[in-house]
Amino acid sequence: MHRTRNGTFELRLGDDERELIARLAAELRDLLVSEETDGLERLYPPGYANDPDREQEYQQLTHDELLTKRLASIDVVEQTVTQTSLDEDQINAWMGAINDLRLVLGTRLDVTEDMDDIEPDDPRAGAFAVYHYLTYLLAEIVYALAS
Amino acid sequence: MKATLAPAEVHNPVDEVDDVTDRPWVVIVWNDPINLMDYVTFVFQKLFGYSREKATKLMLDVHQKGRAVVSNGTREKAELDVFRLHEHGLWATMQHDE
Repeated sequence: MHRTRNGTFELRLGDDERELIARLAAELRDLLVSEETDGLERLYPPGYANDPDREQEYQQLTHDELLTKRLASIDVVEQTVTQTSLDEDQINAWMGAINDLRLVLGTRLDVTEDMDDIEPDDPRAGAFAVYHYLTYLLAEIVYALAS
Repeated sequence: MKATLAPAEVHNPVDEVDDVTDRPWVVIVWNDPINLMDYVTFVFQKLFGYSREKATKLMLDVHQKGRAVVSNGTREKAELDVFRLHEHGLWATMQHDE
């Protein structure tokens, strides 16, 4: 992924990568619109550490807007997943959606700062591989945007 | 002389006191094991217009010390900053400046 001269971003991904990203985006949407709250705490973190009343107000005020924006980013990813070029708004949406996926998957896998490499026969190996791939993809996006 | 009036809102008494005395609020970003250092640095630049140097320093404070104050101001400003940080998946809270 890199920024071109005319301000767009070249998106060079294999078909299997695109397929994976589209599938993950759809799964995240299903999860977000479900009634499920478990595992989504990182997407709706507390705003007030020391004030339960204001915190409740904050959650009520912001929950729907956060959800709407996340779904909009997923929409953009799904609509552009086969493209070879993105504009700045679109790549920002990709950045949001990919990071949201990392937050949910990372929480599910209980990732820590100093993690040992996972054994290949660990049942979570596939999920960790996806997590590391998303990390790599996010790094590419940030690098392209920052350049 | 022009008087500026805040839009009609329901304020509870504690709100009134805070707004009048304008005790500053600080926005804190907390370390977490998921967010990428480069991503956090970029978000600080994007949201607050900080230079890469300042954004990197704040990110390193978060990473090494567990937390860092990234902005401050009125309750409204702090709440908006917290919201924008939450939009970007960062773990941010606000509190009165001690």
